[in-house]
Parts: sequence; structure tokens; C-alpha cells
Amino acid sequence: MSETTRYTISIYTENNIGLLNRISAIFLKRHINFLSFSTSQSEIPDVFRFIIVVKMTESGVKKIVQQIEKQVDVIKAFYHTDEETIFQESALYKVKSSYLFEERQIQNIIKDSHANIVTVSPEFFVIEKTGFRHETEKLREDLVPYGLLQFVRSGRISVTKSAMGISEILNNFNNQNND
Amino acid sequence: MKNEQSLHISGAEAVIRCLLAEGADLIYGYPGGAIMPIYDELYKFSDQLRHVLTRHEQGATHAAQGFARTSGKVGVAMATSGPGATNLVTGIADAQIDSTPMVCITGQVASHLLGSDAFQETDIIGISTPVTKWNYQITKASEIPKIMAKAFYIARSGRPGPVLIDITKDAQFEFFDFTYEKCKGIRSYQPVPAMDMAQVNEAAAVINAAKQPMIVWGQGVILGEAEEEFKDFVERSGIPSVWTILGLSALPTSHPLNMGMVGMHGNYGPNLLTNECDVLIAVGMRFDDRVTGNLATYAKQATVVHLEIDPAEISKNVHADYPVLGNCKESLLALTKLVEHKPLEEWRARFASYMETEYETVIKGDTLPTKEGLTMGETIVAINKYTGGDAVIVTDVGQHQMIACRYAEFIRSKSNVTSGGLGTMGFALPAAIGAKMGAEDRHVVAVIGDGGYQMTIQELGTIFQTGTAVKIVVLNNDYLGMVRQWQQLFFDKRYASTEMTNPDFVMIAKGYNIDAKRVSERSQLDAAVKEMIASDKPYFLEVCVEKEANVFPMIPTGASVSDIRLQ
Ligand SMILES: Cc1ncc(C[n+]2csc(CCOP(=O)(O)OP(=O)(O)O)c2C)c(N)n1
Ligand SMILES: [Mg+2]
Repeated sequence: MSETTRYTISIYTENNIGLLNRISAIFLKRHINFLSFSTSQSEIPDVFRFIIVVKMTESGVKKIVQQIEKQVDVIKAFYHTDEETIFQESALYKVKSSYLFEERQIQNIIKDSHANIVTVSPEFFVIEKTGFRHETEKLREDLVPYGLLQFVRSGRISVTKSAMGISEILNNFNNQNND
Repeated sequence: MKNEQSLHISGAEAVIRCLLAEGADLIYGYPGGAIMPIYDELYKFSDQLRHVLTRHEQGATHAAQGFARTSGKVGVAMATSGPGATNLVTGIADAQIDSTPMVCITGQVASHLLGSDAFQETDIIGISTPVTKWNYQITKASEIPKIMAKAFYIARSGRPGPVLIDITKDAQFEFFDFTYEKCKGIRSYQPVPAMDMAQVNEAAAVINAAKQPMIVWGQGVILGEAEEEFKDFVERSGIPSVWTILGLSALPTSHPLNMGMVGMHGNYGPNLLTNECDVLIAVGMRFDDRVTGNLATYAKQATVVHLEIDPAEISKNVHADYPVLGNCKESLLALTKLVEHKPLEEWRARFASYMETEYETVIKGDTLPTKEGLTMGETIVAINKYTGGDAVIVTDVGQHQMIACRYAEFIRSKSNVTSGGLGTMGFALPAAIGAKMGAEDRHVVAVIGDGGYQMTIQELGTIFQTGTAVKIVVLNNDYLGMVRQWQQLFFDKRYASTEMTNPDFVMIAKGYNIDAKRVSERSQLDAAVKEMIASDKPYFLEVCVEKEANVFPMIPTGASVSDIRLQ
């Protein structure tokens, strides 16, 4: 078998409720796990963007992207390697407030990791860190000894170095349908 | 632009008006609670829109498919929520894999009950998602015109397929101001990729340089209504051409360049020479595993040119060295202008010589048997004889299907209706009803096994009630023959649950008031087929055939096309 690589699949879609189901079915049918998944509004009003991270062969990801793009409500789908994208993940860490005041070390950890304090209450405080996986992971490991109350990490979000050209596709469509 | 004055009507009436606006004046279905408002409107519109009550919702989908396949129009099936909707699923999956344009409309519980496990609530959107080209749940009457227009547009455009629209009961009752506009495009959907002349030029150069080229065509030729363009291309280039089961009838059987079928039970030469051709020109086909056998040893020596409308099919199973995207009606026309004619005498002679071998070892025994038992093959030959090779042949799934597709003769396109990709037993009887309604002036002969017949036998009721003059031929071997054949060849004759104690099929047909006959002697066969074809009413003919006959040639699963066996 050829080598597997981590790919970021970006999908521009109409906001259709059933679409998530349709897209995940394409992966399910082929036994492909998502390493990460996120969805949000894109740069274009009314157009959504899915970001899915998978580890597979290039020929495999190419076929998956063809199947995704074939869906009626998908405007365009792409796949990229890590080198072709700028990507980040966010993580939230909830720690007992008493530590913040009692343990000097924890203040250093927060400072060194360039994390932000989101909220502080008498019982707990929450810090946020955005970065690469190894960075959010390191902060998690550093905080574990202080009784990490809760931890959560988002799916990958990414933008590509090259242009996506979605507006052009939509403009072309509008022009063709206005003749 | 609105081309109609707005009407203040219910959602249910709007559904009917949308159907009429799309030219759908014949639909198949089955009523129930959640779709009653629409049925009430069907009653009022019965002078304009014909509804055929099938005896099972699965039958409605297959009838809609049969109609679509012979008429070239979109088939429409309708059902209630819950069990009505789930009964559609097999037909939807069949239409999806065989690219059949179909719109299914299901009723759904009222929107305020959605998600409450209400009576006859099923998530048909969730269930049908993997087997539809598109689906949508309507909860407001005002959505109906736009969504229905989209449904028909999506079902018929590009690579066709099934669309399911689920409509809540409250949306059917709700009144709104109706206007209708056909869908002309969807911004996220490009049905036909633009043809690129550079691809055509490259493909033409490769084809012109070929010494032993071969064309494999599929249903894309029929769906693209490109039969004439295809014939011109074949004749212009002089290239021997072979078909997949769904491509059958796009080129007449008697055409000198029609060399037969590829695939598991296809012809000997076409399969063997797949692994000897230097250029393989695939036209509107998708390299299904029943066609290719083991991919690792499939046409490895060949340069592959692939004319295809669906970009997702390019290099999906077989690498396309020279893809030509677009509707083959357009690309074949462009290609024909660029290809040179070649006599290819020696190459063509090889197909002929393999055909001779196949004739001597297989075909003669199948079609001109001298042994005692009746064969499926001689029955098909008799059908050819009395229909002049100009019937629509609808087949079910199994040995009889392979035999019918191997030996039936065709002079016109859209004449072979079979369940190819899904292999749905029970397809033929209801599909034949739709096929006949889609081609009323033609003979429609359903060739069915005794097993598959009993999966949708209740559709005899539909035939009785509508008087649809389909000719039903059951090739009765008292076995699930195809599975028995595999058990014989690959499971040491352990016939686990494949033998059937069958009922008196003639009596059953007569119970539905259908003329019926049974034949078990060779001497009776011709006259019986003649009588059946001559009848202008529905007719049932049971042919008791040899019980343990096998279909050959055969490529065992996972074997290479070069390993095709003649016996
Ligand atoms: C719905 C469904 N169930 C099971 C099968 C598996 N299957 C394929 S062919 C076949 C036997 C068909 O028997 P019959 O209809 O008598 O046709 P014959 O092969 O004897 O001509 C079976 C069980 C199928 N294709 N479809
Ligand atoms: Mg049988």
C-alpha cells in the first residue's frame, strides 16, 4: 500500500441540514475516521465551510473529495497537506482558582505558554490556548499536576495558502443564469 | 419571471400542480395517513394525472424505474410515512446505483410531531441519504414549488438519479400563494462538466495510433441519448465494441461491430481481449467489479480513454490515462470528427474466432438444445422470433437474467430494463408495468425466475386492475438458480436453502384473471410463445426448464477477465 499522509479536506457548502449526514456517510461507507472535524460560516455569506482532517493515501483522499464534490449541495471541495495550509486548534483548560493564587509555578506556565485567561471566578479559572497540537498538548500536561478540572480541544481550523476561488464559482453561476 | 398568476391553494394541491408542470402525468404509489391530503387532490385531478396503485411501495419504485427507463422521463413514486417510506428504500437504492431518474414523494407526520416518535414517524431523510442523489424535508407549503422544481431538475440532469422529497402533513394542508417556475440551475451543482477540446484531441490521437482498440460502452450512451452519435463513432472508427449489461440495446445486436457483453457472464472474446487490447475506450460506463473482475489484472496493458459525465468516476476503479469529461453525446460527436477509419481486420477476426469457440461450447447447447430438458436460452430465442427482436425485455436477477441479456436481440435502444448494479430480485414484474406504460406501442416481455417472481408477485394485482398488457415469462427451475450454481461450483454442491417448492403459478395468474399457460415440453414452446406475443392482453407463461443448468461463460469472483471459464 502507498503511504498515508495527513490531509485537510475543506468543503464549501450550502447550509443544508442533511448535508452533514451525507458527507459523513461518504466516510462511514469506506471506514475512514475523522481525525478532526469542524464547521463554520465561511468568508461568503450563506456559504458554510467544513474542515475535516484525515490520514490516508493521496489516491484515497482524491476519490473521497470527488465523492464529496459530487453532492448537490457541495459547492467545492479541496484537499491539502499540512504544508499547504495555515492551521490551528483551540483548547480550554479549567483549573481550581485556589491554585492560581497559591502556586507561583502555574502563573509561569500560563505566561510561558502564551495562553490567555478567559475568566476567573472564586472557584475556578479558565485559560485558553490556540496553536498546534503539540502546544495545546504540552499545556495540558503541564496543568495536570494542578488538578485540571476540565479540558477540551476544538477540531482543526485552517486556511489555505493558495486561493480557493469560491466567489468566482458563484459569480460565474450568477452571470450564466442572468443572460 | 412568473409565468403563472398566483393561486391561493393548499400544499397538497401545489404538489399536484408541480407534477403536472414537470410533465409527470403518470405516477405510482400507495396511500396512507400522512399523505392523504395529496391523495385527496389526486382524486380531484384524476382527469389530468393518472395514479397507479401498486400492491406494495417497492413495486411503485420499480414501476417508476421501468417507466423512466423506456420513456426517458422522470419516474414518480409516492408513499405514506413510516412503513410506506421504508418500503421505497430498495427501489431508491436500485435507482441510485443504476442512475435512473426518479422522484419519490413521501408524506411525513406533522412538523410539530417531528422527533417525538409519533405514529408512523421514521427519519426517511436519514435513511435515504446514502441512496439518493438529493433529498429534502418540506415543513412549509411555501417551500413546495421551489423544492419540487429542484427535485425534478436534479433527478434528470447530469448523471440522473433518485431524489426523495418528504412533506409533513401540516405543509400539505397549509394554504399559500402558489406560482411555479422550473429550475434552471443550482449554484452548488454542475450537472454536466464542460467538454474540454484538449482532452478530445488527446484522446483522438491515442485512438488513431491504436492497433488493437476496443470500445466498452455503458448506460451513459442511453442516458445521454447519444445512440446516433455512438453508432457514428463506432462506424467511423471501425473499432470492435462491447457492452456492459446496462448498455445493452444502445447499438443493435446485429451490428457488425457489436461484439457482445463484457463481465462475469459476458462473452468469451470481449472478456479475453480486454486484456489484449492496446487502447480501451470506455464510454459512459463505470468499471463495476462485475465487469472488471480482479482490478489488479484488468486491462493493465491498455491505455484507457474514458468518456464520462461524472467526474467522480474518473480513475475511481480503473485509472483513466485520457479522461474526456462531458456528456458523451457531445464528446462522441467531437471525437468522431477526429478519428480515422481502420479496417482492423485481424483484430476483428479474433473476436469472431472466440465467438465461434463460444458458440460451439456454450451457445449452441443453450439455444438449440438436443438434450431433453427445456433451456432458458431456447425460450429467449423463441421470444426473439415472435417479437422480431423488437421487444422491451425486462429481467429480474439470476440465471434467467444473464441468459436473457446474452441471447435477447435488440434493434432499438431503451429496450433492456434490468437491475444491474443492485441486482434486486423482485424488480422485473413491477418494472415491466412501468416499462409498458412508458412504451405503450411496444411488446414488453418480463423474463423472471421463480424465486424473484415471488418477491413481488402481488403486482399481478396491479396488472389485473390496470389491464397493462405485459407478457410475463417465468423460467421455472424450482431453484434460486444462480445461487445454486455457485453452491455447485464453489461450495461442493451443498444446496443450502436454494431449492423451492413452488405453487401452481398458472392458477395464481388465473386468480388475477390473467391468461396463463405452462409449458414443459419442447414441442409446445414455440406455439405458446407465439400465442403469448399475439395476445393484446396481459399474459403469463411458465416455462419449466432444466433444473440444474448453469450459466457460462463465467468469471469467478475475484478472478481475472482472462480466466473466464467456458464450462
Ligand atoms: C432481494 C435479493 N435477495 C437475494 C439475492 C441473491 N440472489 C441473486 S440471484 C438469486 C437466485 C434467483 O433465483 P430465481 O429468481 O429463481 O432465478 P434463477 O437464478 O433461478 O434464474 C439470489 C437469491 C438478490 N439478488 N436479491
Ligand atoms: Mg429459479
